[in-house]
Amino acid sequence: MTLLDGATPAPATVPPVRRRRRLTMFVRRPFFTLALLVAAGFVVSAAFAPVFAPWDPTYQDIGAMMAPPATAGHLLGTDSYGQDILSRILFGARYALGIGLGAVAIGALGGLVLGMAAGLAGGRTEWVLMRIVDSILALPSLILAVAFIAILGQGVDKVIYAVGVALIGPFARTVRADVMQVRAQLFVEAAGLMGLAWLTVVWRHILPNVVYPLAVQVTIRISEAILVSSSLSFLGIGVTPPTPDWGLMISEGRAFVSFAPWMAGMPGAALAILLIALSIVGDGIREEFDPKMQRGGS
Amino acid sequence: MTALLSVQNLTLHRGSRRILDDVSFDVPKGGTLALVGESGAGKSTIAVALMGLLTRAEASVEGKAILEDTGDLFTLRPRAWTRIRGRRLAMIFQDAGAALDPCYTVGGQIVSTLRRNLGLSRKAARARAVELLESVGIPDAAARLGAYPHELSGGMQQRVMIAIALSGNPALLFADEPTSALDVTIQAQIMRLILDEVRAHGSSCIFVLHDLALASQSCDEVVVLYAGQVMEAGDAKTLLSDPRHPYTALLKSCVLEIGTAELTPPEGSVPSYDAMPAGCRFATRCPNALPRCAGEKPPLVPRDGRNVACWNPVGVPKAEAA
Amino acid sequence: MSEEGAPIFELLDVEKIFTITRATGPLKRETLRLPALDGVRLRIKQNTSLALVGESGSGKSTLVRILLGLNEPSNGQALFRGRPIVEARKGLRAPFHRDVAMIYQDARGSLNPRMSVEALIAEPIRHFRLCAEKEIPARVAALLARVGLPADVAKAYPAGLSGGQVRRVAIARALASEPSVLVADEAVSGLDVSTQAQLLNLLADLKRTMGLTLVFITHDLGVASYLCQEIAVLYLGRIVETGPTNDVLNAPAHPYSAALRRAAPAFFEPIAEPLPGEIPSPVNLPPGCRFAGRCPRRQDDCLALDPPLGRVLPGRHAACIHPLTGSPGGPAERGDAAPSNPDAVL
Repeated sequence: MTLLDGATPAPATVPPVRRRRRLTMFVRRPFFTLALLVAAGFVVSAAFAPVFAPWDPTYQDIGAMMAPPATAGHLLGTDSYGQDILSRILFGARYALGIGLGAVAIGALGGLVLGMAAGLAGGRTEWVLMRIVDSILALPSLILAVAFIAILGQGVDKVIYAVGVALIGPFARTVRADVMQVRAQLFVEAAGLMGLAWLTVVWRHILPNVVYPLAVQVTIRISEAILVSSSLSFLGIGVTPPTPDWGLMISEGRAFVSFAPWMAGMPGAALAILLIALSIVGDGIREEFDPKMQRGGS
Repeated sequence: MTALLSVQNLTLHRGSRRILDDVSFDVPKGGTLALVGESGAGKSTIAVALMGLLTRAEASVEGKAILEDTGDLFTLRPRAWTRIRGRRLAMIFQDAGAALDPCYTVGGQIVSTLRRNLGLSRKAARARAVELLESVGIPDAAARLGAYPHELSGGMQQRVMIAIALSGNPALLFADEPTSALDVTIQAQIMRLILDEVRAHGSSCIFVLHDLALASQSCDEVVVLYAGQVMEAGDAKTLLSDPRHPYTALLKSCVLEIGTAELTPPEGSVPSYDAMPAGCRFATRCPNALPRCAGEKPPLVPRDGRNVACWNPVGVPKAEAA
Repeated sequence: MSEEGAPIFELLDVEKIFTITRATGPLKRETLRLPALDGVRLRIKQNTSLALVGESGSGKSTLVRILLGLNEPSNGQALFRGRPIVEARKGLRAPFHRDVAMIYQDARGSLNPRMSVEALIAEPIRHFRLCAEKEIPARVAALLARVGLPADVAKAYPAGLSGGQVRRVAIARALASEPSVLVADEAVSGLDVSTQAQLLNLLADLKRTMGLTLVFITHDLGVASYLCQEIAVLYLGRIVETGPTNDVLNAPAHPYSAALRRAAPAFFEPIAEPLPGEIPSPVNLPPGCRFAGRCPRRQDDCLALDPPLGRVLPGRHAACIHPLTGSPGGPAERGDAAPSNPDAVL
């Protein structure tokens, strides 16, 4: 007796499966689409900076120091060393996005490992791990990154590590909360009833339900990572000159802000536009894909 | 019997979706009426619309709902609503645990309702609250005033809700699935309580129910709704003992009684609002459907002691049906 | 497949006590013993269908968790084909896992939202290695057809399905391991009557054509009567009456079964005189019959004696000193009924 014989029961004519309208998301969320285009623009300019940039970012044009924007050859002007600001912003996007992505990757991975371990282990292990996370969370990420820079020293790679480690705390906390919530779900119990090994249950049923919300978190936290790394450079303890880093450029332009505002203003605007665009993109992705926010939607 | 509330041609849109389509019914004074149907039929939407709980941004409403001594509910200003809710109209919700505020004691919630609606002093309101809780069968009422909602069982929470709803002596009470979250033995207690209290106050009551048998036990009149349209309406006994609309007949055949040997549910499920037929919305699943049904909406007309909206009713000889 | 009528599940005086600690003051805590099940004796035979009926707080969910091996009884034995259930569950591909399938009340919650319907149904097939990898899509399609779902549902995710469809997917997934026992916890409640009727017809048909043993937890006597041959009525952690469903419902022996029967809505009958009060807390129960506090037929001896489940009529058992039908199942039969003749043979 198998299940494949036996008459099909009164066939219930079921309406076609409703599909979520993913494609129209760009139409429904014009701001999101705009922000996504802006963010994509930054990514493209970072990737093709050598092609787009009219000058080498560290070339000092002795004939055009502190040239205002729209000077011939220097669309956004030059700084006090005669370096082309447009070229430096384009190359700076590489550092900003690189540091942001790298740091968030470290933070998310570390947070995933810590949060999963804490959420699944429970008991004393969880207590110890979460107290470590709490101690990380007790300090603002900038202060923490400063402390790590003090230990690691300066340089682009060091900034990535420092900011990344500072982000582990928040990631670990959200991952643990998600794990606790998912492991209490009925489908986890059902998988156990089927006789699946615990590791299989974790891998197949718990992890995917934790990773998706984590991915949403990542998009939101990239902007935080960029902001912290720029702050480090602004404070003069992150990336070393003459690297074309936005934070560094703002810091250098600060002294001239009264008579050459473009020196700090241009990289500041680039930073602000990128951060706003990334936030809108992150929010849009969260609202669209977070199952908690779409309950009740037909 | 004169009508306490007369709902006339109520049509409600949410965006482009026509949630209610030309719904009309009368609530007799001192009588009970059941809105029955499956989920998505619009039963709760009617109750919410009549309580004035829909904003213009959420839904656009056409039609009238004439409440005796008050006028058309749909033309009332927000200020007028605050005078009517709780005093002329009151509502009991399905999930009493969620409808009561978890931050305040049961007594506090009743007392504040009494003071607002009846203008009683704190002391008088407190005494009245004890009376009310006793009248809804809560043992040791004076001590329960200090209890928080989560400290009470589901049945007791629903009793508190009933006490609050009746505190303003409303002319019309809405009871939205008041017992579907409760056990059957408690269901009988609560249904009896509501009916007794409504009768004692001389109020009318609109029940929103999904259980036809329960509707037949508790209500004088029944309105059968499907996807926002009235299928059949009239005296509960006439309508439910001998349905004329194929949907009512099928719905009744799905009710499980002890010893039920056969179920003949309508096939499929309710179409989405984007794919509703222009005529009778039940046409897509109706075993009696004629070619004209999907395109042409049947009017609600009197037939055999009730009103039916159907081109091809059941239980009628063929020649007569034409 | 074992012979007709062999017991699949046997519960021998199963008791389950949960201990809860409650703060009674800033520093004080007390530990309460909460007996969720007390002296439950039940035998479920092959190819039968049993309805477990009771209100919330009756212990039916705990009983299911014990049948599934998710909880171990505090006392007594819970056996699956003669072996303790907790032992029968050991091992990754123990026959128990394949043999016993569960359908949850919250069907949506029991399906991983990140998996497509096809992946969900294929999971047990793969786990139990029921067929070659390339035959899996055909098998999933056959299962979907079996529960009356169109084939294109396979690519959908649970979030895109209606309540009725999700329940059908849960049933298809339960059937995927080719079980012999289906345990369903309120599998049709909370649905519209027409959807509920469709599902009941499906379950009745599956039971008939596949020879499934069905354990159906429900609060709805109509569902029990439609789907199950046998019934066990629970009250406050105890089975108070068992027997053939329609016999029990048409002529209940225990006053609680009678009250449940009366409380079920019936067309055009006035609402029945309800039972007074509510189900009491199982903590600190008074001696005597647990139903005595609400029983309309209570007599003095009910407050003193806790009646065990005893035979009232052939095939009918009730835990009542003064049953409504048949001979009393109380103290008179107590001595011989309990140990030798395992009552409640279902």
